[in-house]
Amino acid sequence: MILNRFILLLLLINSLGFMAQGADSSDTDNWWLSPGVVGTLVLVALILIIAILIVIARLNGYINRMNEKRRLKQRHDIIDELANLNQGEIDSILERRKQALEYKLTGTELGSDSKVADHKGLIQQVSNEPDNPIVDEKKYAAELLETPPALKKLIIFYLGAAVCWLIFGTLVGQYLGMKFIWPELDSISWLSFGRLRPVHTNAVFWGWASLAMFGLGYFVVARTSNTKVYSYRWGWYALVLINLAVLIGTLCLMGGINNGGAEYREYIWPVMTLFGLGLVINFLNYYKTIAHRKIAEIYVSNWYILGAMVWTMVLVIIGYLPFYQNGLGETVIQGYYMHQGVGMWFMTFTLGLIYYYLPSALNKPIYSYSLGVLAFWTQMLFYTMIGTHHFVFSPLPWWLQTVAIVFSAGMFIPVVAGTTNFLMTMKGSFHQISKSYVLPFFIVGVAFYFVGSTQGSFQAFRFTNYIWHFTDFNVAHSHMTMYGIITFFLWACIYAILPRITGKEPSQIWVGAHFWLAFIGLFAYMISLMAGGTLKGLSWVAGLPFIESVIMMKQYWVSRAIGGSLMFVSHLLFAYNFYLMVKPKSSIKSQVTSQSDFKDSKTHVQFS
Amino acid sequence: MFNFHKDHKSLVIFSFLGFLILSLGIAVFPAYQSQNDTAPLPQVEPMNQAEIRGLAIFIEEGCVACHTQQVRSIEMDKTWGSRPSIPSDYYYSKQRMGTWRQSPSILGSERTGPDLTNIGMRQPSEQWHLLHLYNPRIVVSESIMPSYPWMFEEKANPDEGEKVLPVPAEYRKKGREIVPTQDALNLVAYLQSLKQAPLNNLPPEFIPSTNKKLDETTASTEGQGKSLLPDGKNLYMTHCSACHQAEGIGLPGAFPSLVRSPIVNDEDPELLIRIILQGYDARANFAQMPGFASQLSDEEIAAIANHERSSWGNNAPEVSTEDITNIREFVIKEQAL
Repeated sequence: MILNRFILLLLLINSLGFMAQGADSSDTDNWWLSPGVVGTLVLVALILIIAILIVIARLNGYINRMNEKRRLKQRHDIIDELANLNQGEIDSILERRKQALEYKLTGTELGSDSKVADHKGLIQQVSNEPDNPIVDEKKYAAELLETPPALKKLIIFYLGAAVCWLIFGTLVGQYLGMKFIWPELDSISWLSFGRLRPVHTNAVFWGWASLAMFGLGYFVVARTSNTKVYSYRWGWYALVLINLAVLIGTLCLMGGINNGGAEYREYIWPVMTLFGLGLVINFLNYYKTIAHRKIAEIYVSNWYILGAMVWTMVLVIIGYLPFYQNGLGETVIQGYYMHQGVGMWFMTFTLGLIYYYLPSALNKPIYSYSLGVLAFWTQMLFYTMIGTHHFVFSPLPWWLQTVAIVFSAGMFIPVVAGTTNFLMTMKGSFHQISKSYVLPFFIVGVAFYFVGSTQGSFQAFRFTNYIWHFTDFNVAHSHMTMYGIITFFLWACIYAILPRITGKEPSQIWVGAHFWLAFIGLFAYMISLMAGGTLKGLSWVAGLPFIESVIMMKQYWVSRAIGGSLMFVSHLLFAYNFYLMVKPKSSIKSQVTSQSDFKDSKTHVQFS
Repeated sequence: MFNFHKDHKSLVIFSFLGFLILSLGIAVFPAYQSQNDTAPLPQVEPMNQAEIRGLAIFIEEGCVACHTQQVRSIEMDKTWGSRPSIPSDYYYSKQRMGTWRQSPSILGSERTGPDLTNIGMRQPSEQWHLLHLYNPRIVVSESIMPSYPWMFEEKANPDEGEKVLPVPAEYRKKGREIVPTQDALNLVAYLQSLKQAPLNNLPPEFIPSTNKKLDETTASTEGQGKSLLPDGKNLYMTHCSACHQAEGIGLPGAFPSLVRSPIVNDEDPELLIRIILQGYDARANFAQMPGFASQLSDEEIAAIANHERSSWGNNAPEVSTEDITNIREFVIKEQAL
């Protein structure tokens, strides 16, 4: 792993060295040699390698069992051999056997006649199927964390609303993906592509990710401050306001009422005000909770969470104030707003959550507190400056574009700091991967955090922008980050914490199915749009008629829709798992089967 | 004071101020400057009421999700305009749309469909735009753009004076005529108004895509002969096929067929080339055709004419670049008179 990282670091330094050169000599004949393209390919390969490692870990267990069977077969061979022995040998063996049979037991060699009992509470679980051929039995969540019922309820409702918006938002996304293949799917104005597209993005942004973050944040803030939430009532007000904002916003967008078509600013200001109020209320609630903390230090998670909320309040206000937004002023703000929406809100908040949930799930401290603090301030410094990289070669001032590209490269610092911190925290726990249903989500999230962010920086270089800008590659990048990073991290946190506060486990087989469907779906989605987007860009550079790029993209849009379907199905499984983790009545599932079953089957006992 | 680890107040205030100052510097100040230091080009007229309403519909329907309106300063964007876009181009179209909505975000971030900076120049025909809005596949069979039937009315007996679209029978119910609503007409008025204003003194230049290509263009102006003509089929697909269709068959009642057309197959190519250069609006039963004199070079027009004269069963002698040059000069002289 360390070697792997070292090689990557070398590659990075290498490509940084070539950066200036890459910007000047934009020779499209050798486009695949451009540092941005090479970097992206390496990064995508990295994700694939990680997936392969996970599969290998799982396969390893399977192969061990196969070996066991082979040994059994060898034993049978020996029996055959015995059958072919001659009379003299058989006689001597039988003689020894006779003596053995005549040996009498005293009756007390293996203990007393009393019944089986686990006096020390070591047995966690009894299974009748120790040899499940496909998946290992995973460890159940660690001990229950004592959580005030009011907090538990608040978190469950935040997460529940988030799950609803996830299902709704991705259903819309899936429908939009199908419209690329069948543009005549419907001709209803409320369902037309241009109106539904912002419905999808805003529902997953403000509905799914934001509500899930708030819910998970409430637990972190109270827990790490060693106190109770300042006001539950405020939490409920904010929940209602944010849900109202997404609901009204969705209806407005479908009815054709939008703010001006600027991405992620499509809700008109009265709707966004509802969201903003929810944000302010939650901020005050978090802030007061942290102010009443019972320990001197502010845990690093709370830095990120408070930072994200303060920055997003500034961001929304700057994004919606009208005084500088006519002409290209609006475009300058748009670049800033859309990138900070992702960087200062989703990324920063989610990192804060990871700084708590990752070490807590592994039951060990974070590797380096200082790296977390370094990443926090560099996140603020570098991320803020890079918005205009969405408008490279546009009529916006050239200096703004250059600043954005330079600081995009600077993003390597917080990203490498964060990734190192997470990987070093996980170091020594990787063997748990085949025994935990939470860890794979964390690993994929961390991998995408490194890969998605770094790839984004590569994409900002002038040459890669030249090929990829305006193509479907952008869509691949945004799903790689908002889905690969944010959504996988949020799932990791939810699976890590919910069983520990409700005491109810999800179905392990469906958590596994959720993970693999989401992961494979995302990968198919990403790769098809990256490949298609690159070919599209090259066909534009070659000056081919525009419609040819549309015809060429069809097959890639089909594979994107297939990937998208897998992702959507995984969300249904996730919703089912969520239901299992929070369902109010605990149906008492008898874990101990009847006596006769016990005798017949091999009993598998797991100690923890 | 600056012990962020223990003092939540200074942590919040410091991160607030830090972000605010960075934001003012990177976003608010440049935006303010851009808004106030930009004047409209003197030759550009302000938008009229129909165009302003059309822009509002353009935003309502989310057209910006797939259509950009910016010609970037790189050579590949030459397809979309004769010069890179400049801030002044957006002076009239990017104004706040009233109390509820901000300035429209028309620059866009994705080209699932073509860039529209110059669509009014490329495609001036109102009828083409209306047909295309009603169902894009009537005119561009491979298009994946949504159709907008709710901007049209189905009428059994349209009134006198109402505009009836020549929609092919398979795209409408039997016995129903398709009539555009005012919304559709406004939207098309806006699209027709999208034309890049010429810049007389030193327009900004495109950054060439490759050094090799740069050599090629100088070579082609120096060299002679038909082998150096550009690919006529590609040019035809880019500039002509939206109306005349890839197979040259046109669309009955809207765009004439080029297959076995006497004008295309005429031994003397003069009329064909004049139509390409100047446009054509002589026949009432067909839509208006734009002139391409300012968009296409002599070599490109020769290549297109040759493609048309040798495809789909057409068979006429080749034209040369000089033919085009001569006719272009003649047309310019004619206009000067």
